[in-house]
Amino acid sequence: MSAQEIDAAGLSVRNLNKRFGGLTVASDLNVDLPPGSRTALIGPNGAGKTTFAGLVTGILPPSSGTIMLDGEDITRLSAARRVKRGIVRTFQITTLLKAMTPREHIRLAILERRNLGWRMFSGASDFRDVESEAASILEQLILREDADRRVDRLPYGKQRLVEIAIALALRPRILLLDEPAAGVPSGESGVIIDAIRTLPEDLAVLIIEHDMDLVFSFAKRIVVLVSGAILTEGEPGEIAADPRVRALYLGEEAHG
Amino acid sequence: MDLSSLKSRLVVDLGLLAASIAMFFVLPDQLGFATRVITTVLFVLSLDLVLGYAGIPTLGHAAIFGIGAYAAGLYALHVSSEPLSGLLVAGIAGAVIAFLTGLLLLRVNKLTLVMISIAMAQIALEIANQASGLTGGADGLGGFELGPVLGLFAFDFYGYTAYGYALAVTWLLFLVMRRLMASPFGISCQGVREQPRRMEALGVSVYWRLVAIYTIAGSIAGVAGGLATQTTQFVSLEVLGFTVSAEALIMLIIGGTGRLYGAIIGTILFMSAHDIAAGIAPANWLFVIGALVIVVVLVTPRGLLSILPWGSR
Repeated sequence: MSAQEIDAAGLSVRNLNKRFGGLTVASDLNVDLPPGSRTALIGPNGAGKTTFAGLVTGILPPSSGTIMLDGEDITRLSAARRVKRGIVRTFQITTLLKAMTPREHIRLAILERRNLGWRMFSGASDFRDVESEAASILEQLILREDADRRVDRLPYGKQRLVEIAIALALRPRILLLDEPAAGVPSGESGVIIDAIRTLPEDLAVLIIEHDMDLVFSFAKRIVVLVSGAILTEGEPGEIAADPRVRALYLGEEAHG
Repeated sequence: MDLSSLKSRLVVDLGLLAASIAMFFVLPDQLGFATRVITTVLFVLSLDLVLGYAGIPTLGHAAIFGIGAYAAGLYALHVSSEPLSGLLVAGIAGAVIAFLTGLLLLRVNKLTLVMISIAMAQIALEIANQASGLTGGADGLGGFELGPVLGLFAFDFYGYTAYGYALAVTWLLFLVMRRLMASPFGISCQGVREQPRRMEALGVSVYWRLVAIYTIAGSIAGVAGGLATQTTQFVSLEVLGFTVSAEALIMLIIGGTGRLYGAIIGTILFMSAHDIAAGIAPANWLFVIGALVIVVVLVTPRGLLSILPWGSR
């Protein structure tokens, strides 16, 4: 493999901009997420973190710039097609089908990944290998006991875990975790942190998170976003020592 | 679904089947009315796929029903009096029109969708009215005969064949729809209704999934229209009217959406109440129907079906 091919592996965002009228919410962003990377995106509220997730997943079209996956330009690809290529996200606000169980969610995800979602005359649970794969994902994320309860009757922490389980069922190559522990009581957040720590090693993970303990324990690289632009990026040690970042977080309350 | 609910569903299935067959013997002089109920059930089932399962809030479903009705009438008049091929033509006409209108309709958001669906049905009505050379306009389309079903059962004066034919077609399509909605495709449509963003994040092209279910439901609405034409041997402009769309919606909501059985129960209740009220109080039947709808919706906001153990989920 040549050096260029190694460079191209994974996701590369180049000179990405997003403007709504006169408001710039993403300004000249350059981010690389190679396989196996563990990156955190941090920044104050309104810095454009969720906008970035929207641009990468294809929900928002960029104003300019390119997004490459393994050297291929996917900037114009629809959100659904990007999922098929392995760019998968979890939602900041739990986005589950209330009346369905964790098993049904994971089944649905596997069926769609395997392009069985158009099958009209098989029962949804008729595919034996889908069922066994769903069972192993439930096992892996310690959801077995809750597998057949409606998700809206599960504690919030478990619901967040189901979000991650669905994402894994899609066999992602690039995984965006949008505040995976947001709103979870601290007593329940342990299982989520464990789930994040045991993600497949070759997966590229980008985590958007406010909890600095989680960020610094998980990320190998941190990107700091302020007002839609990258303020700085580096290893956790560098970021922690950066006076601008410290000012940003210590001064956040003062600035509102 | 657990075993007890499976059992109770079987009981309901057999009860409905027995009741529908018993009509031949219990109320033989009401078969004309019963046939109208059956064809309406099929139409409301089709609306349930669209509105109940996929969450598409259409108020123009009569357009598809009416086009199926005219397709079956024109086919019988100009091509062949064979009924099953006529139903096929009606189903194809319904699917084609649903696909073409769905391409536009399913791009817009919900309130806009309601408005456009009403407008589309009004346009269809006006076209049928203007094209009187083809459709008979306000005089209606008649003067066609239908051959025997399967070459065996001739349509008779008492309506035995018409009822049995409508019943068999509706039961068959009901079983097909039930299978369909338990498939990966059917479940994904329900997912699109509840959380389109979630489904998109699973790699589902939400738009095409909606176009597909709308087209399938369109073929069923077309068949329902065709059945109505064949069993009455007449098509009037009313099949395209707003009342057809609106009443179907009321029937579905009374019974309960997204369960198929709700469409059956709601239609039977609404049409029976309508028929009885019109008999007792010809001047005030609308009042009776209005009161019925209000009571049912207040007592069971999720439809009559939610009273059953497996009816609510």
